[in-house]
Amino acid sequence: MTSLPQRAPETKLGLVIDLDICVGCHACATNCKEWNTSGHSAPLTDYDPYGADPTGVWFNRVHSFEVLGEDGDNRTVHFPKSCLHCDDAPCVTVCPTGASYKRDEDGIVLVNADTCIGCKLCSWACPYGAREYDQDQGVMKKCTLCIDKIYNENLDEESRVPACVATCPAGARHFGDLGDPDSDVSRLVAARGGYDLMPEQGCKPTNKYLPPRPKKTGVGATGAPAALEPMVEGGGGAFLRWIDKVLSR
Amino acid sequence: MHPAFSVIFFTTASGAGYGLLTLLSIMQAGRVLPADPVMGAVGFVIALGLITAGLLSSTFHLGHPERAWRALSQWKSSWLSREGVYSIATYLPAVIYAAGWVFTDWRDSLFTLTGMVAAILSMQTVYCTSMIYASLRTIRAWANRWTVLAYFSLSIMTGALLLNALATCFGYYEPALFWTAATAVVVAGFVKMRYWRFIDVTPSDSTAETATGLKGEVRLLESPHTQENYLQKEMGYRIARKHSDKLRQLAIAAGFVAPVLLTTLAHISVPATAAPLSVLAVALAAIGLLIERWLFFAEAKHTVTLYYGATSA
Repeated sequence: MTSLPQRAPETKLGLVIDLDICVGCHACATNCKEWNTSGHSAPLTDYDPYGADPTGVWFNRVHSFEVLGEDGDNRTVHFPKSCLHCDDAPCVTVCPTGASYKRDEDGIVLVNADTCIGCKLCSWACPYGAREYDQDQGVMKKCTLCIDKIYNENLDEESRVPACVATCPAGARHFGDLGDPDSDVSRLVAARGGYDLMPEQGCKPTNKYLPPRPKKTGVGATGAPAALEPMVEGGGGAFLRWIDKVLSR
Repeated sequence: MHPAFSVIFFTTASGAGYGLLTLLSIMQAGRVLPADPVMGAVGFVIALGLITAGLLSSTFHLGHPERAWRALSQWKSSWLSREGVYSIATYLPAVIYAAGWVFTDWRDSLFTLTGMVAAILSMQTVYCTSMIYASLRTIRAWANRWTVLAYFSLSIMTGALLLNALATCFGYYEPALFWTAATAVVVAGFVKMRYWRFIDVTPSDSTAETATGLKGEVRLLESPHTQENYLQKEMGYRIARKHSDKLRQLAIAAGFVAPVLLTTLAHISVPATAAPLSVLAVALAAIGLLIERWLFFAEAKHTVTLYYGATSA
């Protein structure tokens, strides 16, 4: 069980996340928590939820980065991150019990909570921080790609997508078969130059990220200065330096 | 990485135990050690006691210690599983060999062979322990050959110091044991210095830019959450550079310099002081190695920190 499938699964279900569109609203993370706290790996335990130091288990987290590009072409990028369901998942091969496994039929990486011993080695092996330990239950937890939702025949067909994808108000998340080159998600990745996170780690992640599109207007094109000038720096005469000193107090 | 005491104790104690077991068998095979039953009994109790205490301690950090037996099943792919299998497999020849040494006059080639099997399995176990760390590409400070060499050399070093102290306490002043211990300490000290040098000058391939795939200088603007989560507590442990420098010096002084000086002093001194000096060498080496192992974890940076504001891992 702990070995990876003999050859990479033909069907590779995964996510495509569009960094050009994501507005950083955290709805995906919140709906993920909502669905999964009563789903396959339930509960997503919270510790001290109403106290001074609230923490807990989440499968999806939204980071926000500043990117300092060339010529002052800076931008803010919101960056949702969950399990990437890698082809060469090191979290699976390090597992000593076989609790961590990758499914042959769709490539989804899961944890069997009944055989996990809570050694945490899989979380050390994952470069992306996709696994979070549940200290109440003593087992490792992770994104299931909403396995209990995407195959759920009690739901209407358009609801059979992961909770994070279903809820995204901006349309920044896409779900599909990345093993099929003709699928909508594969075409999207090809058209937009979708890429892998940390390819140098050799995990061959299934999930892909679409880069922010180039800005249509360059810095200064609107007539505004590229950067604000300092009011006083060295020059400006004795009076302005005195004002600066007074105001800086 | 978070330095969990159970794992620090496990790796240092079991390393010393396996080192002692290996050297007891090699030195007996080489007729360096007399097969004194009482000394053998004390030696095997120390070796197997350290191994057993270490293995038990390693289960304390598990979320489900009662399921630890399941860890023996995945030896095909997992170094942690292999470590478990080899550690348990070592007991069989080790206990037969120890019983033969202590309770019988059995000293033929089969006896020696049993000891050598125990020694080989012991070193296999130490190798598996080192590979648990060396196989993690996420941690540059671990994924290198110096990690493996350090685990081997430190295991042999502590085993040699223990054996030298044991023999001296029983009144055997054997130059070969002294030279083995002194050489092992010098080699281990050299390997550990090279390890530190390596991690100081070798950056990880992964950066905040490769972690996000964004073009330009990437800085964290907002963390996803207000409080520290599991990832930051487990993988984000950092130690200030100035503290790590001081602790390295302390580890070198207590772990390598003092043991060499004390065993040398024991070697050239009168029998009455040789035993306490050799024992003191073991005690200081133990302190030095606990600091060394604490640093092994505390100094190691994980790639997940790149998502939390680190620029290099």
